[in-house]
Amino acid sequence: MTDNDMTDSDMTDSDMSQPVQWIGKTNEPMQPSDMAPVRDRPADGLMVRADNVHKSFGHLEVLKGIDFEVKCGEVSVVIGPSGSGKSTFLRCINHLEKINAGRIWVDGELMGYRMRGSRLHEMPDREVAAQRRAIGMVFQRFNLFPHMTALENVCEAPQRVKRTGKSKARDGAASLLERVGLGDKLDVYPGQLSGGQQQRVAIARALAMDPKLMLFDEPTSALDPELVGEVLDVMKDLAREGITMIVVTHEIGFAREVGDRLTFMDAGVVVESGPPRQVISNPQHNRTKAFLSKVL
Amino acid sequence: MTSTTTDTTTERARPEPIKAVPVRHPWRWVATAVIVVLLAMFIHMLVTNTNFQWKFIFVSIGPGQRGAMFTPPVLNGLRGTLLLTLFSMLIGVGLGIVLAIMRLSPNPILRWSAFGYVWFFRAVPRLVLAVLFGNLGILWSRFGIGLPFDQQIGDIFGVHDLSAKIYSVRAVDLLSGFVAGMLALGLSEAAYMAEIVRAGIVSIDPGQEEAASALGLSRGQTLRRIVLPQAMRVIVPPTGNETIAMVKDTSLVAFTPVAFELFFQMRAIAARTFQVFPVLVGAVIWYLIICTVLMIIQYYVERHFSRGYGQSGRIGRIREIDVEHTGRVEVIPDIGPGGGAGS
Repeated sequence: MTDNDMTDSDMTDSDMSQPVQWIGKTNEPMQPSDMAPVRDRPADGLMVRADNVHKSFGHLEVLKGIDFEVKCGEVSVVIGPSGSGKSTFLRCINHLEKINAGRIWVDGELMGYRMRGSRLHEMPDREVAAQRRAIGMVFQRFNLFPHMTALENVCEAPQRVKRTGKSKARDGAASLLERVGLGDKLDVYPGQLSGGQQQRVAIARALAMDPKLMLFDEPTSALDPELVGEVLDVMKDLAREGITMIVVTHEIGFAREVGDRLTFMDAGVVVESGPPRQVISNPQHNRTKAFLSKVL
Repeated sequence: MTSTTTDTTTERARPEPIKAVPVRHPWRWVATAVIVVLLAMFIHMLVTNTNFQWKFIFVSIGPGQRGAMFTPPVLNGLRGTLLLTLFSMLIGVGLGIVLAIMRLSPNPILRWSAFGYVWFFRAVPRLVLAVLFGNLGILWSRFGIGLPFDQQIGDIFGVHDLSAKIYSVRAVDLLSGFVAGMLALGLSEAAYMAEIVRAGIVSIDPGQEEAASALGLSRGQTLRRIVLPQAMRVIVPPTGNETIAMVKDTSLVAFTPVAFELFFQMRAIAARTFQVFPVLVGAVIWYLIICTVLMIIQYYVERHFSRGYGQSGRIGRIREIDVEHTGRVEVIPDIGPGGGAGS
């Protein structure tokens, strides 16, 4: 804590009044005007902390200053209309997208950058990859590797990245697939599985790296309605086991049942955030009300 | 009637299978007849026309000698053609993959140099390249490995004839026909393969790369383990095309000149015996045999890389359905009479 306070006070007067210097590729200038003072490390007990995150694609500003926190062990659900920037924000958390301004920390580590002295340095790909190992991600379109069986899909990262031995990786993968209810589909290729089964393999694949944090990017949006339940059930099990999760979804029921926190995003900003039941039954903002009235 | 369908919950009996007169296709019979007649005429011509000189091609070109297709120089030439194809395709595929990755690199220097390479080697005809590489000895007397610009640097410091060569060989030795021909074909092939590989890589859903990097795989691992194996599905069929074209393009190195090559040796026999046509037929037969073998290899390579999506898997599934279908057709007549008796 004292360390945090030190850097905090150091930076507010020396560095943060100035535009932040980005070392390395300078594709987009920072917007210094709306930079809030940010600290080098977030307060403890937080798995994810985002401070004033901005992201643009060309001239289109998708994220306009997102502040966001997830405590360890929390299930945080993000809802919002399409185009509100919620998926983009999720991709920024594991640095699949580079943010233009602001800071994101995962488990106390600044994502994609490192402070050296008073300057920010871009991390090389190798170190970004190392950071991502602790973050599992599940995609809307599954993105399973179609040329590998379910088992090989789950084994791949432990074997190649963690250098786990082949038999150990296979045992681990088999028990993970067992856990998501696919113990009988080990040697089946993704093309022969239903959407719900594919998404469960994808969840097992993400879990194989033993992540501290799981990101779900609309995991049920590409599924037939009758298959949504099986994926949500797996996610509920994970939530009960205490894995920190951020779930971008349209499943309000899931948010109400297992979410610890519900965030409503619209047009690149966080409109409202709070305990799910409270936000759903008693939304404070008109935009939240309008959205929920359409979804519920 | 219902006795045969008691297991099912519905009360309705299965209707009688459709027995309809199939549509007739008279023109199919006409077309078949025409083709059969043409084929018969062709075979008849092959057998009866003595100018083919089958004996000359297969059995013997003269007393105590083998047929034109099997004389030692021709067999040697055949070996040369196969080796040239193999080596120039190895160069082509290897360098092609490197060039494709360079063209997709974020580094503009790499991107543009790969583009320049492809531009040059696609623009120059293979025949011209074959002759050009055969004559490279005109430019240099020796090839060596050493420091670049050693003589120029020596001149700057007043040392004349500074030589920092570690190893060098005579250009004529290195660019003996075979190597020159192999380089001409291989380097030219690399330009085409680069485009084929690039097309394969680009065809892969970007979600695959994202999923791999989200798992923490490095760029190289993603390319080797995830992208390229899937791209192979797109890359293999045109590569088969290129290989078969290469078998035939090896005949161009006769101009390098390389004598260690099938067509050159066949023509040598023609020049000696004045039997031009039979020799050409013999060459055609050899090329047919090589390409048939290559097509069979291609079939198996394609099947290997279609794991998971495979055309083969889909065909298998359709066949299963067919079997099921015919099975049902066989079963129905058994039920039919029973049902008929009941009504």
